[in-house]
Amino acid sequence: MLTPLTVVVAVAALLQAAWCGYAAFRDQPVKDWHYAGMAAVLLLTLAQLVVGLVALGGGERPAGDGTAVFVSYLVMVVLCLPVVAIVSLGERSRWGSATVSAGALVLAVLELRLADVWAGGVGG
Amino acid sequence: MAERGVGVGGRPDLSRGPGRLLVTLYGVFTVAAASRSVYQLSTRFDEAPLAYLLSALAALVYAFITVSLVRGGETARRVALVCCAAELTGVLVVGTWTLVDSAAFPDATVWSDYGLGYLLLPLILPVTGLLWLRGARPAGPAGAARE
Repeated sequence: MLTPLTVVVAVAALLQAAWCGYAAFRDQPVKDWHYAGMAAVLLLTLAQLVVGLVALGGGERPAGDGTAVFVSYLVMVVLCLPVVAIVSLGERSRWGSATVSAGALVLAVLELRLADVWAGGVGG
Repeated sequence: MAERGVGVGGRPDLSRGPGRLLVTLYGVFTVAAASRSVYQLSTRFDEAPLAYLLSALAALVYAFITVSLVRGGETARRVALVCCAAELTGVLVVGTWTLVDSAAFPDATVWSDYGLGYLLLPLILPVTGLLWLRGARPAGPAGAARE
């Protein structure tokens, strides 16, 4: 598993969370630039999905018995931002921004768990 | 509409404003708890049946709250209130239980250690939910009489 990529995705997600959190704090809805940011983070997560699947295809496995968990985390990471983006499209207020911020935070936490699972800490 | 989060006729509209955020977070937790319990129950049920059944129960409660919140309306608000209270009780009971008698839980549940593994969100969510649902209570008898 590519650790640098995991760190990059996590940091990007945290930045997105802070950015949209700030918008929510200033009582602003999600704007085009925020969506551009989400698209960038989404691309990173898609790249991570591909890298992860290629690694699995190449015979690499998470330590322990965590392959199924690992794949499900990879997929959920990709789904995070599209879901909150759709929610925010229907909620043109500060709460849309807060939702995107929360989704990006969840993404960052999933990255932590992803690295954890790859290292063998399945934990369910 | 007088205020975000309050629909026509004072009926709390849980699909707008802060309700949106709440619903989204509950959706996230439904997916998290459900996938966790499906995985645990299907692969390692014998290891820690109590913990895994509690995970499944947590998933059901989250799913129920999410659906109630999405449906909206006064009935949904009351159901969601009850579920949030049940959830808070669950977190507190299971959290205390895992600390006092950790032998009963060889593996963690969503609610272990008051949800510490999930940034304490399992504890924060129901409290926020309860507060917000109270705030969204319809002002007049007209709202209360609905449904």
